[in-house]
Amino acid sequence: MAKAHVYPRDHVNTDEIIPARYLNTDDRAVLAAHCMEDLDPEFVGKCRPGDVIVAGEDFGCGSSREHAVWAMQGAKVAAVIAPSFARIFYRNSINGGFPLVELPDAPGHINDGDEIEIDFEAGRIHNRTQGTELTFEPLPDFAMAILRDGGLLEHIKKQQEKR
Amino acid sequence: MGQTITEKILARAADRETVTPGQIINARIDMIMCHDVTTPPAISMLQEHGVDAVFDPEKIAVTPDHFQPAKDIASAELHKRLDTWARAKGIRHYYPVGRAGVCHALLPEQGHIRPGEVIVGGDSHTCTYGAFAAFSTGIGSTDLAAAIATGQLWFKVPASMKFILQGRLPRGVYSKDVILEVIRRIGTDGALYRAMEFVGPALREMSMEARMTITNMAIEAGGKSGIIGFDDTTRAYLDEHLKDRTEYTVFESDPDATYHSTLEIDCGALEPMVAFPHLPSHGRPIGDCAGLAMDQAYIGSCTNGRIEDLRIAAAVLKGRRVKIRTIIVPATPTIWRQCVDEGLAGIFDDAGCVVSAPTCGACLGGFMGILAAGERCISTTNRNFVGRMGHPKSEVYLASPATAAASAVEGKLADPRNYLGKSKIKNQNAK
Repeated sequence: MAKAHVYPRDHVNTDEIIPARYLNTDDRAVLAAHCMEDLDPEFVGKCRPGDVIVAGEDFGCGSSREHAVWAMQGAKVAAVIAPSFARIFYRNSINGGFPLVELPDAPGHINDGDEIEIDFEAGRIHNRTQGTELTFEPLPDFAMAILRDGGLLEHIKKQQEKR
Repeated sequence: MGQTITEKILARAADRETVTPGQIINARIDMIMCHDVTTPPAISMLQEHGVDAVFDPEKIAVTPDHFQPAKDIASAELHKRLDTWARAKGIRHYYPVGRAGVCHALLPEQGHIRPGEVIVGGDSHTCTYGAFAAFSTGIGSTDLAAAIATGQLWFKVPASMKFILQGRLPRGVYSKDVILEVIRRIGTDGALYRAMEFVGPALREMSMEARMTITNMAIEAGGKSGIIGFDDTTRAYLDEHLKDRTEYTVFESDPDATYHSTLEIDCGALEPMVAFPHLPSHGRPIGDCAGLAMDQAYIGSCTNGRIEDLRIAAAVLKGRRVKIRTIIVPATPTIWRQCVDEGLAGIFDDAGCVVSAPTCGACLGGFMGILAAGERCISTTNRNFVGRMGHPKSEVYLASPATAAASAVEGKLADPRNYLGKSKIKNQNAK
């Protein structure tokens, strides 16, 4: 069961997800300790393993730093749900095996603290708190294949082994 | 059916006759840019996966820039990992500290960017190189690792948006003001997933340096890439800067190419612009915001740290004193040297500015000009997100070098046109 941490604002950017003052390391434990720090300093304290972040349009805009994905993975965030994602962040997430859900008006359907279940393959979210079912377009097949393999490099390795 | 320049470049890189927007392709990479923040993790990933070889040590350019020279022990460790790897792999275009510069100013200057090529870099502002009629886009560390190892990456072919820059830039208005106006009009996700193609008479009059300021900020509108077609200005720059592999392929958009949308900007009607916190799309004409007190001015970065930018700043600062702390960062060692040889460094020093070594530094809140809580900075950089240049309660205002310099003189947001004499200054942003 995942708890939703909702930031309804659009354009939550990579500087907020992991400020550049921490980019002098790629140690995921260090990055995790500062996840979402400039948006919500309380986030790390209240996020439990498997929780999800819900936000507005254009989530992850800004820098190409994959540290944003590693910070969330390190903080044991299971996924991000938003109406749209910035392009490089989207690629970095898939490449790192971190699932994203594109859900129109996501903050309108999920409130802060709601308990939800996500079926990534089927494209369904069960909001247990509100008793609602939401549907979304699952990620494209090639992206799901990378996610299933645990990331792009593992995916390339498996493809090469098959040959 | 016609193709855009972006579609033609990607089709060639994927060994196809044509490509269509939305199509997933596997493209050959012609040049990879590596720096000190995103490359060390990519190197570690490759090592963890037992991948030793790089696809082509001639087609990778490496420079530390974000925290160069190393700002602390942790960044020194990043630099050590980068340096050890670059030397071990025989990376030919490696620029260690002393030759290192802000990557997106350094690579074109050192002749590593060619028209018609596919260029990727572990930095979101890699879109800068599109000014040279190339497809160029920013990637993260995992993509970087895959590109370094295989020389290929998957791409979704982007739809193209056309931006027609009409008219002529008035005195005191520069390419930075144009791109801030474009982003104000379409928003920070107005070009999400798409290629931004810039055309028009105002663009044709701009130098390569000024054009790079425009493509540099394509990412601030969410764009996958920014691109500008080839012309005599491009050719002249390449003739001067390409040292080897001087051949390249010029592609241009067909007249009947398909565009997602077209937007015209009347450059003749523009004023100097200032983008207010905390988004690059919050642009306002200087006439609506002059007078707001600032604490710092910062002139530098991959957006506006080239020699032309410093000449513009010097034209404003010559014989004047700044009222706030003013930090000037030439983007590469060559620019730094020009800055000294042309007497600009002396003008900046006389005005009370500090001139630093090339670095990305404070643009991203790294070092060399960090803001305290509550401070405001007028900056020639590209992002003004919360906490971008320091404390989460500090504020960044984006503008051209002329506006930043004028604001430094007054200690508040100021109109550069009051400092650019009509006779003395022809628009230096023009050729």
